[in-house]
Amino acid sequence: MEGSKECEANLVIYLHPSKANCVNDAIHGELTSIMFTYNEILEGVILAYDPVCCSKLAKILPGVEPYFGVRLKAKFIVFNPTPDMLLEGKVVKVTRTAICAEVLGFAWASILDEDIREDFKHCIVKKKRGPEGNSKHAFASQTHKKHMIKVGNTVRFVVKSFDGEMLHITGSMLGNNTGNSEWLDRHVGQWSQADRVSNKRIKEDAGDEKSENKNSSKRKRDQD
Amino acid sequence: MGAPIVNELTLADFELENHVRGALKAAVQGDNDFYNQLLGVIHQKEYLSAEEVALLVTCLRAITGAVSSIDIVHHHALLAAVLRMSLWDYEVDVMDVLVEFIVSLASSSGDFVDLCLEMLVSNFMPLSTYYSEEYLKNPQGLYKKRQVLDRVHSTFQSIATVVPFSPVRLGIIVKDKMPSILQKEHLMSMYVENILMLESGVMGDIVGRTVLMALVDRLIELDVELTWDDILQDDFCKGIFDMDLEDLEGHIEFHNADSSELTREALFQNIFCGNNIVIAEKLDSLLVLTFEHLQSCYNSGRLSQVFETLILSFKKTILTAYKSKFAQFIMFYACSLDPENCGEFFANEVLNIFLRNENPEWRMSAVAYLSSYLSRAKFLSASFVATILESVVDWCFQYCKVHEGAIYPKNRSVFYAGCQAIMYVLCFRMKQMLVIPRFNSGRLLKRIEDILGHPLKPMQACLPSIVEEFVELTQKNGLFPSLETFQSRTDLENCRTFGGVQRLDMFFPFDPCLLRKSDRYIHPNYVYWSMVRNSYEDDEHEVIEEEVEVYDGFDEFACSLDKMSITPRPDNMLKMPSRIRPSTSPESL
Repeated sequence: MEGSKECEANLVIYLHPSKANCVNDAIHGELTSIMFTYNEILEGVILAYDPVCCSKLAKILPGVEPYFGVRLKAKFIVFNPTPDMLLEGKVVKVTRTAICAEVLGFAWASILDEDIREDFKHCIVKKKRGPEGNSKHAFASQTHKKHMIKVGNTVRFVVKSFDGEMLHITGSMLGNNTGNSEWLDRHVGQWSQADRVSNKRIKEDAGDEKSENKNSSKRKRDQD
Repeated sequence: MGAPIVNELTLADFELENHVRGALKAAVQGDNDFYNQLLGVIHQKEYLSAEEVALLVTCLRAITGAVSSIDIVHHHALLAAVLRMSLWDYEVDVMDVLVEFIVSLASSSGDFVDLCLEMLVSNFMPLSTYYSEEYLKNPQGLYKKRQVLDRVHSTFQSIATVVPFSPVRLGIIVKDKMPSILQKEHLMSMYVENILMLESGVMGDIVGRTVLMALVDRLIELDVELTWDDILQDDFCKGIFDMDLEDLEGHIEFHNADSSELTREALFQNIFCGNNIVIAEKLDSLLVLTFEHLQSCYNSGRLSQVFETLILSFKKTILTAYKSKFAQFIMFYACSLDPENCGEFFANEVLNIFLRNENPEWRMSAVAYLSSYLSRAKFLSASFVATILESVVDWCFQYCKVHEGAIYPKNRSVFYAGCQAIMYVLCFRMKQMLVIPRFNSGRLLKRIEDILGHPLKPMQACLPSIVEEFVELTQKNGLFPSLETFQSRTDLENCRTFGGVQRLDMFFPFDPCLLRKSDRYIHPNYVYWSMVRNSYEDDEHEVIEEEVEVYDGFDEFACSLDKMSITPRPDNMLKMPSRIRPSTSPESL
């Protein structure tokens, strides 16, 4: 999945004097405390870390409580989705106006109805068996009846924006390459063909426009 | 064409939603007509007719459908109006659509999550004075409370389903919005009830620690507000075990009209007067809620998990507070529910602080907690008490060896505190200790004798009343012959400096709880001095049979307020122990 990258950083971690006899544990504790939070310096949410090497010497800071600074290198996996990236998440809620999904277990995405393509319409799916209260909200494609998005499905969407502080992704499902991940993977030909057709149509329209513009400018010159 | 008039529209839901979307977008451009009409509908609150309620429900539903168009800046007024709505002010139809809006709003953008959580937390208590304490106790009030709080807590879960980290934010918000100690008792109790519901709910694993620690912080805040100024006696020559009744007479204003019997109620009212009584009653109510929660945790098998948080809170807040009066009884009660796990764990943790912590005041406080706990906890076995006592004895013994010949050794106060703790525990548990082979073996007794007879003169530094009682008991049992020559002489300088300015030498944290409601939970597992004392008395003292039997079989001790009264008997040679004394004044009953 797009959105995560590996990076390496040189760090200095300041530890309380009481941790002097268990430096490794203290380092792990400090690095764990910054996981799953947005880090401005690394420009992303830290998902994993691996301290690579650690200096044997530490500088002691002057003060009432003499913290000591341990220098180390660490590798990080950082999650920072940028606009137009393709991501997947597990759908946790569907309403008439939005699809909400959980991404990587800690981030959350919302795809609002205005960012869902016209092909998808909100519907209520009623179970054939069981009590009447078992109806569920869903979004169903009009062209491909089996292409449906309900709670529990994995949804593939394009990133519109990412709020690192709140770990919130705003997504869109305007493109044909977005929707129910399982359906998209099983019917690659259909949506990619549709994509090619729509792209071809877009290019043709763009080409027509260009030639029209050329003709009109030629006519203008002729007139002049 | 102007904006349509809201209450004249007859549209399908989705059409109204589109209108509202349009209104929200228009408001951004400066056209506020329909937007202001919506605001007008939302602001209507009191005495709504059925039609007005239906209109409000419809508008809220439409705004929920248009939530993606709400902007935090441009639609500030609408957001403020809706988020200021209190579930307590409406019936269930409005409540349901309002919580649906809150969930949709929180799900739409990260900007709204905190606002939604704050709105829900503010519904922990009713703001309107209509919901008085009396109203909330009657069936109607209880039903309304159930309607509101069930929705609030289920909405937390709905938001947590969509926003995975919302429980973390919720914990912080609950802590920040906790009512101050000046808030009315019934409202504070409601807030704490909600905190405990969160702790025991599905989000308890994430939010439980934060909210429980916030609760303990609030208990300590109330605790330190209680003042003992009227009754503090700095006269350490008074016995802590035996308190003459005459000492209390000067403080007693209330007497039962029929007799001179002084009830606990009377003493409570005398000690807690003025502002103290309000604070004491708040603290009492919150402690009772906490005790009941701990009981339910024990019943559901979660007590060990909750106890880890309580221990952290104890080390951070209770131990470091200046002579906490009653808040520490949450530890006592939790330990009494599960003596083998929690009870022994607590003793070991406190022992650890005494043995290894760097801060001398915390070490003295810890050993005071330890000695008071080991003495008062009926549920601790004698063998366990002996094990812990042995650790304290060993530390003191090592201290003596290391500082042999030193004139003013470091941590002398901690050493004296340790010695006083040993004597204090033995005053309560002497009879039990003597039947334990480990204790009765030569090694331990010899060490105690060496410690107490050390040139540092701990027996002259510790509180005289404890030392005298200890010497009397050891003489009766034929222990420590070398200490028989000890004379009841107080080394004033040592006495004063040992406890320091804070007088930690006079700190007995588990002295009897003076809070009425809380004490009913503590009483069945508590050792009173009179129970112990009477077992030591011989024929020269009048033996109170039921109390002697109780000493042998604690379970039979009846929990009755009458038995806690103090009746002066002119023919009684006993120094009647005063059961009700604050722990800052020497007493240990």
